[in-house]
Amino acid sequence: MSATLVSIRDLWVSFDGHAALRGVDLDIAPGEAVGLVGESGCGKSVTWLAALGLLPVKAAVSGQVLLDGQDLRTLKPAALDAIRGRRVAMIFQDPASSLNPVHRVGRQVVEALRLHRGLDGAAARAEARRLFDLVGIPDAGRRLDAFAHELSGGQNQRVMIAMALAGEPELLVADEPTTALDATIQAQILDLLRRLQAETGMALVLISHDLGVVADLCSRVGVMYGGRIVEEAPTATLFAAPVHPYTQGLLAALPDMTGPRRRLTAIAGGVPEPWNFPPGCSFAPRCMSATSACDAALPAARDVGDGHSVACLHAHVPEPVRAVVPA
Amino acid sequence: MLRFLALRLVRAALTIALVVTFAFVVLRLSGDPAVIIMSPEAPAEAIAAFRKAWGLDQPIWIQYINYFGAILHGELGQSMRDGRPAIALVLERIPATLALTLPAFALKLCLGIPAGIQAALHRNSLTDRLVMAGAVAGFTVPSFVLGLLLVLLFAVTLGWLPSGGQDGWRSGILPVITLGLGGAGILARFTRSAMLEVLGQHYIRTASAKGVPWRAVVRNHALPNAAIPTVTVIGFMVGSLIAGAVVVESVFSWPGVGRLLIVAVANRDLAVVQCILLMVAGTMVTANFAVDLLYGLLDPRLRGAR
Repeated sequence: MSATLVSIRDLWVSFDGHAALRGVDLDIAPGEAVGLVGESGCGKSVTWLAALGLLPVKAAVSGQVLLDGQDLRTLKPAALDAIRGRRVAMIFQDPASSLNPVHRVGRQVVEALRLHRGLDGAAARAEARRLFDLVGIPDAGRRLDAFAHELSGGQNQRVMIAMALAGEPELLVADEPTTALDATIQAQILDLLRRLQAETGMALVLISHDLGVVADLCSRVGVMYGGRIVEEAPTATLFAAPVHPYTQGLLAALPDMTGPRRRLTAIAGGVPEPWNFPPGCSFAPRCMSATSACDAALPAARDVGDGHSVACLHAHVPEPVRAVVPA
Repeated sequence: MLRFLALRLVRAALTIALVVTFAFVVLRLSGDPAVIIMSPEAPAEAIAAFRKAWGLDQPIWIQYINYFGAILHGELGQSMRDGRPAIALVLERIPATLALTLPAFALKLCLGIPAGIQAALHRNSLTDRLVMAGAVAGFTVPSFVLGLLLVLLFAVTLGWLPSGGQDGWRSGILPVITLGLGGAGILARFTRSAMLEVLGQHYIRTASAKGVPWRAVVRNHALPNAAIPTVTVIGFMVGSLIAGAVVVESVFSWPGVGRLLIVAVANRDLAVVQCILLMVAGTMVTANFAVDLLYGLLDPRLRGAR
């Protein structure tokens, strides 16, 4: 295993006493692309917002977020500001509302350049223009003076990416970067991220509810459910041989591109609300393999070989012991 | 932009015409100036002569047309009470009123905006609760009550400041505070809610995510956006610079436009009342217009909409 760039250790987050994250562990190596998938509310965005200290003050956070062995959670605000946007940048789901409506987009990119690269005036503008060219914004010189409402969703996401690249970060966290965009633009943005990652050598965390998007771009995938990473594996392994019942259920719900038609299977039940998490495994109430032991405590992540780990007591059991289907 | 300007001007003119008409109708329906100014015991011939002199003997719609025509020519008429031009009467009172309303306006801005920002930045903290309690008290206590309380405390009990009249800058302190506190409370509340709204927006999170220090996030990203709704309230306050002190001027016997208005209404001194209302409507309309222009400056999304 290569060196670790960012290491999240036992990260817990709760809002108003309700847990949103329940002990997330995740390592990101330099230059690697990691996908984080799960349904909305599973905690995949909260993990990274918490890691970068971007949650509202009412969120109670505990755990460690190590960057080169330094815990971001204990840093003073000024030290954290020097890392956000510089070493770890983040882009978001809804690019139009993520840009300040009263400032020209160029100015917002220049702001990051001034903060992290010490550029000002004409030099900053020239660099912003280069970044706009890099992310494929046509007519970059004029677009610098546009406002977010004058650009399309795809263009705004490109602006966000240019802004994120301004600090030449070692890690880019892309939180559902294509969810708000239509399908063709989605593909373009994903291609752009792939190309930029290859060119700059930065690590990429892609947060998505779309397994296809993640499979396409990432070499490793973490599957989140109920505020925990339930399974983590190299992408090929995860898709070929998922061991967590939830991952299996997710993949069974995907249509095959080849082979005979079959009925898609949905996972029975629904995602538990944060105020309604079971004491043990979050997936137990919907799980065909669940036993009483599953409700006793949170299952720890176990290594099942080849960089593949799973947080499930029964993952190794080839056949379900007994079916427990809640009414 | 030209179309927008033209439209606004037409609307402004219509507003003023409506105000003038409304004042004419209300004042003429509620009493006969001749009887009130000459006193009811005056001989009938004298009242008739007064009526003839001021054109009050003509049908009401002729009076209205004459009146409106004169205004269009810039003639605001004479006071029925002392025969002086109404405009002169009003203009000589304006400095006294502005001497109260301008410092009060500054007090509203300097107290209300920072208090609202602080309250929003420290939501649910002790500061927030104190500011909001003060703000609610500030704008729910009527100005005549607040004025009298201040007089009781600082003039009657402590004897530090005069209780009324216009005698040096010290006599202006209590009326300015009375006027300013209520407005500061309103402004604090508006600023706070505008800030809270803006602080919850995604672009604030973006700014933090790119490493902008929190103070700069507030200054460069939150405040310019929060200014947009706040400017509306400030616009209303500018609009009330001329006539916003009617009650306070009465409480503190301050010889400004407000007291002139009360006397003129009591006397059915139509020309003077109309003149004051014209000015009030004029400042209101101008302030609104300025606010509209400011919106365009503050919010680029509104520029295209014109």
